[in-house]
Amino acid sequence: MPLVRVSNLSITLDQRPILRDVNFEVDEGEAVAIIGPNGSGKTVLVKAMLGILPYEGEIVWNGAVTRGYVPQKIDADRSVPLNVRNLLESKAAVIGRSKAEIAETIGRLGLTDEILTTQIGHLSGGQFQRALIAFALLGNPQIIFFDEPTASMDEPGEEQMYHLIHRLHEDLRISPVVVSHDLTFVYRYADRVLCLNRAGICFGPPRGVLTAAVLTQLFGQRAIYEHGEHL
Amino acid sequence: MTQANTFSVILGVATALVSGLVGSFALMKRMTLAGDVVSHLALPGLGLAFLWHINPLIGAAATLAIGIVLIDALQRRGGLATETAIGVVFVAALAIGTLLTPQEDLIDALFGGFGAIGVTGFSLGLAGCAVVLVTIYLIRHKLILIIFSSDLAQSVGIHVRRINFLYLAIFGLTILLGVHFLGALLVGAMIIVPAAVGRQLARTLDSFLLISSLAGMLSVGTGFAVAGIWHLALGPTIVGVASALFTLSLAAREKGSGL
Repeated sequence: MPLVRVSNLSITLDQRPILRDVNFEVDEGEAVAIIGPNGSGKTVLVKAMLGILPYEGEIVWNGAVTRGYVPQKIDADRSVPLNVRNLLESKAAVIGRSKAEIAETIGRLGLTDEILTTQIGHLSGGQFQRALIAFALLGNPQIIFFDEPTASMDEPGEEQMYHLIHRLHEDLRISPVVVSHDLTFVYRYADRVLCLNRAGICFGPPRGVLTAAVLTQLFGQRAIYEHGEHL
Repeated sequence: MTQANTFSVILGVATALVSGLVGSFALMKRMTLAGDVVSHLALPGLGLAFLWHINPLIGAAATLAIGIVLIDALQRRGGLATETAIGVVFVAALAIGTLLTPQEDLIDALFGGFGAIGVTGFSLGLAGCAVVLVTIYLIRHKLILIIFSSDLAQSVGIHVRRINFLYLAIFGLTILLGVHFLGALLVGAMIIVPAAVGRQLARTLDSFLLISSLAGMLSVGTGFAVAGIWHLALGPTIVGVASALFTLSLAAREKGSGL
């Protein structure tokens, strides 16, 4: 039994169909990428799987699977006097984890005291992203959803982020489900890829399912020129 | 000082303590507009109570409870239309309340100071403060996560709608506790202004909550003293002191002080 199996999933928001016929699964310890053009329903799918948005169809979890979430953006007022330590302590209190586990998570991500005590609005983009990953990691999740973790990052930043996700996957056996525009990540790290364009287009190993026809259907002709070497 | 005066001062300061805490979360949740509407919804209740010669706080409690359910329903819908609807409810409550309240009681209803506080009122008031304090303490972690990101809060299993409603309910209770001293028009200030002082000076969550509560208690304590010495109306005096503290906090922030 996989960690989670999604069958015949459809999502309608404000009477507008957003997604239909999505079928895929995530096995324990497997890295899955979700790709698709802007507006294809990737974020909506992740939010439905986390219980944030309503859906039709089936999302079956293999028992009490612990989940983490690294959202693409936070709509919070970053001027509020909250710091990373406040957030980690609050999550630990809500899910019933000890202070020792907070310290362990901090150590794992190498978060300095300065990052922990700085007001969230004053953190750099990279520091904020690491703080979000620490938040997701607290509670030893079996699966973590990363929604475009490298959006607005430069190339070295992207590389570091993918390396960090890969490390979590390899060292902690966490299943990362990564929403990404970057096909390089998909080919390099993902065991399976789900292609979306308002519906499930393909699901399987990247080199098996990302055919020229599928890529054209998702991103247009440009994708073939940019990533043709993988085909 | 008479027993009634002592009761008033103690209850006023206790109410200020919880107002500072509730206000700090209101500021972080960016719900000051909804807060104003909730406070103004006390006015029609006060008006009806004056008209029917019953305890004004019973009337205020009734319309506040209706108001909280209404605001919760409107907030759930979201969007620009909701902001407009809240604005309409705000002025409608003020207008209906003004029409309902007998002329001789209108100033008290708007600016506070009606009747003396007896033993029962004092005990119930302190119990109300305790309920607010304990509730805030119990839901603080969930509120912090909802303030940061409602999506993240939901992803860790928090029932966001339920916690928001609970918060709105203790917001309403705090308004009810303060309406005796400040009236329907000014009571919102007791929640927002001390928290605004805290916001200017604090750099951490703990110091924010502490400064907001202290600013509220200082405003009410000083307000009682100044109003007593110069025979001024209590509600406007308290808000005047709180506003002066806010001005000082702006100056302190300009100078770069903070905790």
